[in-house]
Amino acid sequence: MAHVDTGRARDPKKGLTEPLLVRWGLTVVALAFLTIFLLVPLAAVFTEAFRRGWDAYASAVSEPDAVAAMKLTLLAAAIAVPANLVFGVCAAWAIGKFQFRGKQVLTTLIDLPFAVSPVISGMVFVLLFGRQGFLGTWLADHDMRIVFAVPGIVLATIFVSFPFVAREIIPVMEATGSQEEEAARVLGASGLQTFFRVTLPSIKWGLLYGVILCNARAMGEFGAVSVVSGHIRGLTNTLPLHVEILYNEYQFQAAFAVASLLAFLAIVTLVLKTIVEYRTRRSMDRQPAVVPAFRAADI
Amino acid sequence: MGFTVFYLCLIVLVPLLMLPIRTSAMTWDAIWRTISDPRVVASYRLSVGAALAAAAVNAVFGLLVAWVLARYPFPGKRVVDALIDLPFALPTAVAGITLTTLYAPNGWLGAPLDRYGIKVAFTPLGITVALVFIGLPFVVRTLQPVIEDLDVEIEEAATSLGASRLYVLTRIILPYLYPAWLTGFALAFARAVGEYGSVVFIAGNMPMRTEISPLLIITKLEQYDYGGATAIALVMLLISFTLLLTVNALQGWSSRRLAH
Repeated sequence: MAHVDTGRARDPKKGLTEPLLVRWGLTVVALAFLTIFLLVPLAAVFTEAFRRGWDAYASAVSEPDAVAAMKLTLLAAAIAVPANLVFGVCAAWAIGKFQFRGKQVLTTLIDLPFAVSPVISGMVFVLLFGRQGFLGTWLADHDMRIVFAVPGIVLATIFVSFPFVAREIIPVMEATGSQEEEAARVLGASGLQTFFRVTLPSIKWGLLYGVILCNARAMGEFGAVSVVSGHIRGLTNTLPLHVEILYNEYQFQAAFAVASLLAFLAIVTLVLKTIVEYRTRRSMDRQPAVVPAFRAADI
Repeated sequence: MGFTVFYLCLIVLVPLLMLPIRTSAMTWDAIWRTISDPRVVASYRLSVGAALAAAAVNAVFGLLVAWVLARYPFPGKRVVDALIDLPFALPTAVAGITLTTLYAPNGWLGAPLDRYGIKVAFTPLGITVALVFIGLPFVVRTLQPVIEDLDVEIEEAATSLGASRLYVLTRIILPYLYPAWLTGFALAFARAVGEYGSVVFIAGNMPMRTEISPLLIITKLEQYDYGGATAIALVMLLISFTLLLTVNALQGWSSRRLAH
């Protein structure tokens, strides 16, 4: 990110940067804005969580409903992340290594879940599987429940975290092309060998980056999951939904205690993300490869 | 390849297809009655208005933050840089309850503001604050790489030809940033207009005043009014797509102009 060290900022030639006072002023305003909008909320989560001391915190996060919510969140992520990982690799493989018609359309379609509101993402599953939905009668006849049950939550989670892995590795795959794989095949490597020894190493950082973002979204999704969950305590409550219930019941300290778990997850995500970005840049210095399209539109 | 398309269809396309299918089962009259309901219209106005306001705030401060991060050295820059993505990483529900607590009349930030008669929580202003929070990274992360890639030689040339620093900034650097700036603005808006989790808590959800469109969709769904929910959702999608298309057109125009 901001480590293009050409020395221009550190050793400003006169006239090529702003006056010292202006630079300081702008920096202070920017940092003040970030403090109020990012740092203070982050600090508030943990302050509120520990407001009544460690015991209250511990009991809020170890209470059976909280534990059930934790398990469900982990379960949803444990299904959504691998599923989207496999899909992401397949999609990137297809788009990056082959030429076919409608490639642009496919790329756009993959980004679709980012473009729709989380509430609409959840709603489409209710329309499809709900009692008055498209398949509702059929499901009821066969005594199956998808919406307002665990499968619905898993589906909604897969939907919203769907594009992350694919969009991170598509640019890498496109840039590396398929010569190396072709060489490996010509030299007698099997398909699997080629994948694990040639393709995987070239995409590993982009892949990891995608998985980190995918996991953060999968565990933290609220809107979509809220629509399909039905809010049954201990059964169809994920961690973010549990936070909402506690908050709406005015159990603020407990709500923030559970929220602090998610905030901690967010911090871990940011740290991992920074490390991966750093490693990507380092490996790029050694061998000219491609920057995965991090940055904006990550969500 | 086949698997890719199959999975895409199964997870994304078939569910999304439900929107047009469901709508086609309704009469125009019924659709119109739903979306012209004053309560629904008020929610559109609020969602779009607050999202535009938040995107505008983010455009200004996002440019500033991206510029400072890309150009000025200061201690702790790496941490600040990583922190920019916090709104991406923090679950929206957590952001929602935290911002509400902060800006409530007895909160850390709400109490001082309340003394000056400024109410934030449970007002449209509060909704905008939440949307500023979640939209910030979009503007910063779109602009930052563009600023980092700026060619210093152009600035040097302009300066050596006698241009003042202010002239260089406003007439040379800023026009270069317009396309990325617009993209960032559009992304922040698109995210904000459909946002739910971080907004429902701080909004107060009073019909006609602080009720956002996504919440109305949920209300309709809970009343098993699937048709109504679909109609509202379709209009929301139309609004987002119109804006994104407009921005694309503007971008094409501004990059053509830049090419001359």
